[in-house]
Amino acid sequence: MIPPTFEYLRPESLDEAVRMLPDAGEDAKVLAGGQSLMPLLRLRLAYPDALVDLDRVAALREIRDDGDAIVIGATATHHQVVHDPLVREHAPLVAAATATVADPAVRHRGTFGGSLAHADPAGDLPAVALALDAVMLARSASGGEREIPAREFFVDWMTTALEPDELLTGVRVPKPGPGWGFHYEKFHRTAQAWAIVGVACGVRRVQGAVEDVRIGLTNMGSVPVRASAVEERLGGGTLSDGALREASEHAADGCEPPADLHGSADYRRHLARVLTRRALSAATTR
Amino acid sequence: MTEIGRARLRTEDTRLVTGRTRWTDNLTPAGTLHVAYLRSPHAHARIDNVDVEAAKDRPNVVAVLSGKDFAEEQGALPCAWQVTEDMKLPAHPPMAVDEVRYAGEPVACVVARDRYSAVDALEDIDVDYTPLPPVVDMERAVQDGADLVHSDMGTNASYTWVFEQGDLDAAMRDAPVLLERRFVQQRLIPTAMEPRAVLCEPDGSGPNMDFTLYSATQIPHILRLMLAVVTEIPEHRIRVIAPDVGGGFGSKLQVYGEEVLALLLARRLGRPVKWTESRSEGNMAVHHGRDQIQKVTLAADRDGLVKGLKVELLADMGAYLMLVTPGVPLLGAFMFPGIYKMDAYSFTCTGVFTNKTPTDAYRGAGRPEATFAIERLMDDLADELGVDPLEVRRRNWIRHEEFPYESIAGLTYDTGNYEAATEKALALFEYDKLRAEQSDRRDRRDPVQLGIGVSTYTEMCGLAPSRVLGSLSYGAGGWEHASVRVLPSGKVEVVTGSSAHGQGHETAWAQIASDRLGVPFEDVKVLHGDTAVSPKGMDTYGSRSLAVGGVALFRACDKVVEKARAIAAHLLEASEDDLEFGGGRFSVRGVEAAGLTIQEITQAAFAAHDLPDGVEPSLDSDVTHDPENFSFPHGTHLCAVEVDTETGFTRIRKYVAVDDVGTVVNPMIVEGQVHGGLAQGIAQALYEEAVYDADGNLTTTTMADYLLPSAADLPSFTTDRTETPAAGNPLGVKGVGEAGTIASTPAVVNAIVDALRPFGVRDVPMPCTPERVWTALREGGAL
Repeated sequence: MIPPTFEYLRPESLDEAVRMLPDAGEDAKVLAGGQSLMPLLRLRLAYPDALVDLDRVAALREIRDDGDAIVIGATATHHQVVHDPLVREHAPLVAAATATVADPAVRHRGTFGGSLAHADPAGDLPAVALALDAVMLARSASGGEREIPAREFFVDWMTTALEPDELLTGVRVPKPGPGWGFHYEKFHRTAQAWAIVGVACGVRRVQGAVEDVRIGLTNMGSVPVRASAVEERLGGGTLSDGALREASEHAADGCEPPADLHGSADYRRHLARVLTRRALSAATTR
Repeated sequence: MTEIGRARLRTEDTRLVTGRTRWTDNLTPAGTLHVAYLRSPHAHARIDNVDVEAAKDRPNVVAVLSGKDFAEEQGALPCAWQVTEDMKLPAHPPMAVDEVRYAGEPVACVVARDRYSAVDALEDIDVDYTPLPPVVDMERAVQDGADLVHSDMGTNASYTWVFEQGDLDAAMRDAPVLLERRFVQQRLIPTAMEPRAVLCEPDGSGPNMDFTLYSATQIPHILRLMLAVVTEIPEHRIRVIAPDVGGGFGSKLQVYGEEVLALLLARRLGRPVKWTESRSEGNMAVHHGRDQIQKVTLAADRDGLVKGLKVELLADMGAYLMLVTPGVPLLGAFMFPGIYKMDAYSFTCTGVFTNKTPTDAYRGAGRPEATFAIERLMDDLADELGVDPLEVRRRNWIRHEEFPYESIAGLTYDTGNYEAATEKALALFEYDKLRAEQSDRRDRRDPVQLGIGVSTYTEMCGLAPSRVLGSLSYGAGGWEHASVRVLPSGKVEVVTGSSAHGQGHETAWAQIASDRLGVPFEDVKVLHGDTAVSPKGMDTYGSRSLAVGGVALFRACDKVVEKARAIAAHLLEASEDDLEFGGGRFSVRGVEAAGLTIQEITQAAFAAHDLPDGVEPSLDSDVTHDPENFSFPHGTHLCAVEVDTETGFTRIRKYVAVDDVGTVVNPMIVEGQVHGGLAQGIAQALYEEAVYDADGNLTTTTMADYLLPSAADLPSFTTDRTETPAAGNPLGVKGVGEAGTIASTPAVVNAIVDALRPFGVRDVPMPCTPERVWTALREGGAL
């Protein structure tokens, strides 16, 4: 890899990282696992003045129990997330979706927070965070600690609500109550490829009736989106095949999906409908 | 000793797999300068000015040069295949001077003390371009009034090549079944694991300057000659080394501008210079493969007997003709009839210039395209007649008792047994069971449909008899050289002109020498890939290594044995006719105790104290072997796919490949070749495509866009063999390097179409992406 020149900063602690970030300048980039940033540097699509490498900030890698939620440290690797007992117990959707990210080499380097802060709508985890109403924990030297709900976090294509001097430190994922079923349905051409469309869903049923439905869509717009029209149609009802099918037909309502070599916008809309039906079905039949 | 046929682990793999070896990029002599290329962002443009001054001022920069700086000395890159007398052959400068004709063409270079500085300085080179109209569509390119890639040529058609045999008009006129199809062979990027890399070390000065050029090439010998021709540096001053090379698939069967420029830069600067490409750079500038539009018409009677075949091709040459660019589609000319008998055949190919990366040989080179067309047609013919696709093939194929058989394209197929390979494949595949499941899924209207695809292929490889190459106006011969050196201690060095780049020569060649000479496998060392060590060779491509180079070695070993026999007879005081050779030992027939090992004879030859009159004190031998015929591997491949009709996704459920590659030297290497070949052929069917936009920009410059399958995407292959020895060589071997690639693409597409026929689908363009399958289903009208 032959990247452009940059200054390299390597804080030893979270405090030092947060102090360094504003000093590193407007065009500084935070380096975590590097699985998105490195390709951008290699292709010279990014020219950061400085990289702030979080590799030595051990505290950011922790995954901990936080009462009614778990907190996943921003630099916990995908591999760590997939195998973490807390995640598997309390955030099975996160574990399932993370297991589909790229390949083992990428999962050993890439990080949970990095995927969210990169905010690529084709990434699997933003839609998951959105579906789970996760809360981003941010910190800066000027503003201290701040909580940003997933719904407000993804602002535009590869753009988040984080301020330039703000660091994503972790993600709070609420523990689901009883009755939930989850599924991540990813559609891609090869195992290592990005999702053409992905559907992250959770369904809570109480005595057969649908109490709550959450559906996040991957790669169906410039940001991850909720399939609200489907959620509304299914809420409070029962999950007959007919109801699932009818509701899923609205999965792409209001979406402006991208068009690229792997799929036209129309095809993505079609996939969103098929995959939403399948995801809901899978989430409710286990 | 039976080394031939033994499944040995490859001795070269530890160093290749760990990378702790002599890849060109691992070599950095003291004082090496690093080169980076600025490449054209335009598909077609005039170069008005190149300003290199600012780049020269960057730190660590030694030189910044543009095409004008090389204009006097860079010559033109060679094309060795003048396929017709009037073929248009435009000059192809290693670095563009006045005009760029594809995006990615080198325009300037920076030479710096380190690679980072070289790449950084590229950003300070300022080029003024005047964009010219890009030619990106082959069919439009050959229409009147089309924009031209080379304005001085007056046409975008480089050549039209015709082959005709039999009365095609008669065959077509009365045929009750006429199938007309248009197939597109998409453009592919070879994607060898090791990118290209070149290092050139100068030695001496002035006219006595010698050059050692290391390159990740398949063709050190041809490259040496061509570099001498292009640069006018005398051939004996150039030594080319292909150290360990990480794959090629044809893409390193080339004389690249960067290789010529490395030589010129080393001469100019008097220092070693090195260049290694990035993957994205390689996607634009390594020659591409395939890219044909095929119009094919098949005539048959109501019994399904094929009467005639008409093939009209447009073949995309890209912007220039490179080493064998124009000849690649013509290798297919002989393979469109496949394994079938017919009365008439006509083939016409027009090579077309476009403003795209030049095309050239890519695994199979012409033959996969041909095999695809005929195998797709045979499945369609079966459908048309309502008979099983294997049955229609049986009615048309050459029966095993008919060999040797002269095909309608004029080839003499020496041996083959299509019946045996097919029977074996059917049994492994459980064909009838899968057909029953297919029928059941159709009845149930299962959203996931099953399809079965057939491909019964043959191919011509082991390139090639020199007289045949001569008749096709190719610029060189097709022989191969081998030397055997028996060292005084009895160890053996084998020198081959075949140039390994991942095939396992060091293991297979040692097996042949061990088997023939009766020496332990571990006592044989195989040397290759260095024109100073192995001065004669025609290198590696066209599945030729074993069928030509291996046979050269086989014959060279026999020559050693014959030399040894004379000495043994003398020392044993026996007649040569009474000597038996086996297990590395000569013995006198009937007197087992009286004998000499080949090592003992070697020592006697080395000492030379007591040799028969007129016998030289050496067992060494050389053979340059020119094959009499191509080799014709064949086989039957069966593929079952599950197609999700809701999403268009195709999953390969089962893949059975039964190949007949003649005698097998190392079954494990053969299986590896088949697996890799299948992966690449399946990749053409399902994944890979080099895509250009309307302006002629390549949009698939990274692996995120140019999709390659990994092991996770491929099924577990079931492979087996039949062994019908080739008649054309004493080893009985046929090539295996390309067979899997050639056979598998039509098997997969046939399977997809088979799954979707009830939905009105007759074809899906390659690669059969989920969206294309979904689109075909919608257009089929039956959903």
